[in-house]
Amino acid sequence: MQYILLIYGNEAEAKKATKDDQMKMFAEYKVFTEELKGSGKMLGGDALESVTTATTVRVQGGKTLRTDGPFAETREQLGGFYAIEAKDLDEAVMIAAKVPGAKYGCIEVRPVMRINGM
Amino acid sequence: MDHAAIAEVYKREFASILATMIRALGGDFTLAEEVVQDAFEAALAEWKERGAPQNARGWLLGTARHKAIDRIRRRSKFEAPLDEDVDFQALGAAPDEAAGDAVGDDLLRLIFTCCHPALALEAQVALTLRALCGLTTDEIARAFLAPPKTMAQRLVRAQNKIRVAKIPYVVPGRAELAERLDAVMSVVYLVFNEGYAATAGDELVRRELCSEAIRIGRLLESLVPHYSEPTALVALMLLHDARRDARLDAEGNLVLLEDQDRSLWDQREIEEGLARVTQALRRGGATPYGIQAAIAALHAEAARAEDTDWAQIALLYRELARLVPTPVVLLNRAVAVAMHEGAERGLALLGEIAEEPELAGHHLFHAARADLERRLGRVPEARRDYTRALELCRAEPERRYLERRLAELGSKGN
Repeated sequence: MQYILLIYGNEAEAKKATKDDQMKMFAEYKVFTEELKGSGKMLGGDALESVTTATTVRVQGGKTLRTDGPFAETREQLGGFYAIEAKDLDEAVMIAAKVPGAKYGCIEVRPVMRINGM
Repeated sequence: MDHAAIAEVYKREFASILATMIRALGGDFTLAEEVVQDAFEAALAEWKERGAPQNARGWLLGTARHKAIDRIRRRSKFEAPLDEDVDFQALGAAPDEAAGDAVGDDLLRLIFTCCHPALALEAQVALTLRALCGLTTDEIARAFLAPPKTMAQRLVRAQNKIRVAKIPYVVPGRAELAERLDAVMSVVYLVFNEGYAATAGDELVRRELCSEAIRIGRLLESLVPHYSEPTALVALMLLHDARRDARLDAEGNLVLLEDQDRSLWDQREIEEGLARVTQALRRGGATPYGIQAAIAALHAEAARAEDTDWAQIALLYRELARLVPTPVVLLNRAVAVAMHEGAERGLALLGEIAEEPELAGHHLFHAARADLERRLGRVPEARRDYTRALELCRAEPERRYLERRLAELGSKGN
C-alpha cells in the first residue's frame, strides 16, 4: 500500500520561530527522513514553499482559471509531504506519528489511489 | 426447524462466521457480509425442510465459502482482477477447522477492527452493532433515532474506509493492546448507555442494546482473560441493568434510585455483578470501570435506600475524580457528598464546577442543584434550576420527572 503523509502546520506561527527552533526542526526532519529512507519505505517527499506562493488552478468551460493562494482560508497550511510504502494503515499511522511536524500541526494520512493501467 | 430456531442460530453464530469470512476474504467486510447473509438465507430454505445439520456452524461456514468463491469468480471475469489478498486456501479449507482459539482470534480481530480509532466513533458503534450483534441497518437507525438512509451511508463509508485505507484485520500488538482495548470498551459502554438512557425511542430496541453490550463485554472478558478491565465493565453494566425494571413506573415516569422498588431489581444480575466486582478489584485494583462498578455494587447491596453506604460511595467518587476528573464525574461526586455530609456541602462542590461549559448546558447539573436547593427549602432557587433543567432536557421520562418536581414546588407557595 502507498500512502501520502500531508504535513499541515500554521505558517504564521512557524514564522515566529527563532533561528534555533528552526535549526532544531530541520535537524529533526533530517533524522526522520534518513530513518525512513533507511527502512526502504520512502517513495518520495519534499517541503513546500509558503502558501503565499501558491496558485490554484481550475478549468471552467475550457478556460484555465488561476487564483492566488490555496482554495480555502484555513488555520493550517500544507507544508510538505512524504510518499511512503506501508503494510497497512496502522503502519502508516505509526510512521506519520514520527514526522516532526506531527507535534506542531497535524499529519493527514491518505491512501494513494490505485488505478489499473496507470 | 422453525424460523425462531434459525434466528437463534443466527444470533449465536453470525459474528463468528462473519469474523472468519472477513479474514478469509482478506479484510473485505462488504463481500464477507454479503456471503454470510447468503448462507443464512440458504439455511432458512434448507433447514426448514430437513432440519439443521449436526454441525450448523460448519454448514454455514462451508456455504458462505462456496458463495464467496462463486461471487469472486463471477466478478473477476468482468471487473477487476482477483484481489491478491483473498486467501483461497482458507476459503477452501474444511469447514470444521476453525475451532476453539481460531474462532476467538477471528472474533477479536473483528472487534478491534470495528472499533478502530481511525473510524469516527459513531461509525465504530454502528459497525459494532452490525457486525458483532447482527443488527440490521434499520434496527441500528431506530436505536439511535437516525434516518435509516443516514445510518446506511455511515456503514458504507466505514466499510469503504476499512478497505481503501487498509485498516488491518488484526489484533493489535502487545504495545498497543491496552490502549486499543480501552477504545473498544468505550464503544461497548456507549452502546450500553444508549440503551440504558431514558431517551425517547423504541423500548425493545433499547433493551436489546443493553443486552448486546453485556454480551460483547462477556466476549471480551473471555477473549482477553489476562486483562481485568472487561470484567469490571461487565460488572458495571450488569449492576445497572439489574435496576432496569424499577427505573420507570407503570406510566413510564422516571423513578429515582432512592424511590425504586428494590424487589424489582434483577437478583441474578446483581449476584453475577457483585462476584465480578470483587474479582475485578482484586485483580485490577482501582480502575475507572472498577470504581464505578464498586459504586453500583454498594447501591445494589443496600436493602433500603436509607441503608446506602454514602460515606464509602463519596470516597469512591473522590478516587474516580482523581483518575478521570470529567465534569460528569465531579457532578456525581458532589451528589454523593451531599448525601453523606449534607446538601449544603454538596451545593458548595457544585458551585465549584458550575462554570464548566459541559455542565452549564447539561440538564443533570441543574436538576442536581435544584434537588439540593429543594432539600434546603430554597424554593426560588430550586424553581429557577428545575426550569433551566427542563429547558435543556430532551428525554421524555426525565422531563416528566422535572415537571412533577416543579409543580410540587409551586403548590408550596412562595
